[in-house]
Amino acid sequence: METQKTALYEYHKSLGAKFAPFAGYQMPIQYTSGIVEEHKFTRSEAGLFDVSHMGQLSIEGNTGLISALEKIIPIDLRNIKHNQLKYTFLTNENGGIYDDLIVTKVEKGFNIILNAACKDNDYKIIKKALGEKFKLTLHKDLSLVALQGPKASKILENIISGTSSLKFMNGKNFSYNGTEIYITRSGYTGEDGFEISILNNMVEEFAKILIVKGAKPIGLGARDTLRLEAGLCLYGHDINESTTPIEANLKWTISKRRREEGGFSGYNKIKSDMNGELSRLRIGIKPSGKIIAREGTKIFSVDGQEIGSITSGTYGPSVNGPIAMGYVKYNFSKPKTNILLEVRGKKYNAQVSELPFYKKSYVR
Amino acid sequence: MSKKKFSKQHEWASVEGDVATIGITKHAAEMLGDVVFVELPEKGKNVKKEGQAGVVESTKAASDIYTPITGEITETNQSIIDDPGAVNKDPEGNAWFFKIKIKNKSELDELMSKADYDKFAKENPN
Repeated sequence: METQKTALYEYHKSLGAKFAPFAGYQMPIQYTSGIVEEHKFTRSEAGLFDVSHMGQLSIEGNTGLISALEKIIPIDLRNIKHNQLKYTFLTNENGGIYDDLIVTKVEKGFNIILNAACKDNDYKIIKKALGEKFKLTLHKDLSLVALQGPKASKILENIISGTSSLKFMNGKNFSYNGTEIYITRSGYTGEDGFEISILNNMVEEFAKILIVKGAKPIGLGARDTLRLEAGLCLYGHDINESTTPIEANLKWTISKRRREEGGFSGYNKIKSDMNGELSRLRIGIKPSGKIIAREGTKIFSVDGQEIGSITSGTYGPSVNGPIAMGYVKYNFSKPKTNILLEVRGKKYNAQVSELPFYKKSYVR
Repeated sequence: MSKKKFSKQHEWASVEGDVATIGITKHAAEMLGDVVFVELPEKGKNVKKEGQAGVVESTKAASDIYTPITGEITETNQSIIDDPGAVNKDPEGNAWFFKIKIKNKSELDELMSKADYDKFAKENPN
């Protein structure tokens, strides 16, 4: 498959981006100042991220749409408010996760943000579940940028008045240069911030204004260290088709009614996970020294029993030390449990940690 | 100190008597990005030319460090273990990795001069 580029590709290049292929796209991994500086800038000022590789799907319809969607998505779509966002999943028959999603209730139906690597498959799954009754559009004409950090709100308000009054996990249409653009207060960094859906042919000019107003471009490298410090899952690593939302410690995403009534793909497995059958759990991990334990690292109990493995691991610039997430057998999942990590043949001390590693500052 | 010699694996060697000081090049440090962890071989260990002799980790990934020369490790630089970021700041100076007692001096002739290395690094950016 030919590598795709986002509408901001040339702009990234002009800013000195180092690129790498990611989910079929040439994406900026970092710019000239490097991952650690970019990470810290996002935590102290405001970072601008191009996430246009992600899928932006809209589903239009009224009668029957909610009940059709609830068969594949385990959230309460009856009680989602207009312009409200919810984090959820496309679940499979075994309770595993095809993808994690952000679903927004909009006037004509729902908008869904899909992972880049999953979007084409998601489209097929959703299309199959919904049939021909509803209009599905995977918007190729739209870019998506995220503005994240403590200064994000001030910067954006300066350009588009009214955005600073959005509440966390809420969105709205705003008028910008005579065009409607949809902005949500959300993100993937553990910081306050926004995601802005804007036409491809407007995005470069918009990005330039954000940068003039004080934001800096941030690559996917820092996006990864930021989200891991915030304890957020990366699809294909921390969650996948064989992990259930309950194992992933994301039970909170499933509303009470859906937990009780079920009626979605994989409910049997998810129900038994909730009712005491849970064999493993996603946890945070803090290695004791400086050792970095990457994805795939085996986890052992202090008496040498293999109990799980790491799904994401890196150095957290704001934590100033190594951090990781992974799955362990349920009875080893309590915070402060001592564990061992096997890196390059040697075992290193570590502890199960509370998540997030870095405290959030969302505007509620 | 003698002039530095360079390897295709982006290490440098600086020779004094029969001891060589080894580190990674500025180019390598730039390619790695922010170094956040360093692991060095144990003192007294015998290492072979082009064999693995340490690990550096950046925020992105782990990379093996190779020795450009065969011999015995006589000293390692604790300061880069304590402060891995020093590798980005001064890779060809204070942030050396280890010292090695040279077993076979003719190996030095197989290494590149600064000018040749710069050309090599330009042509082989990774």
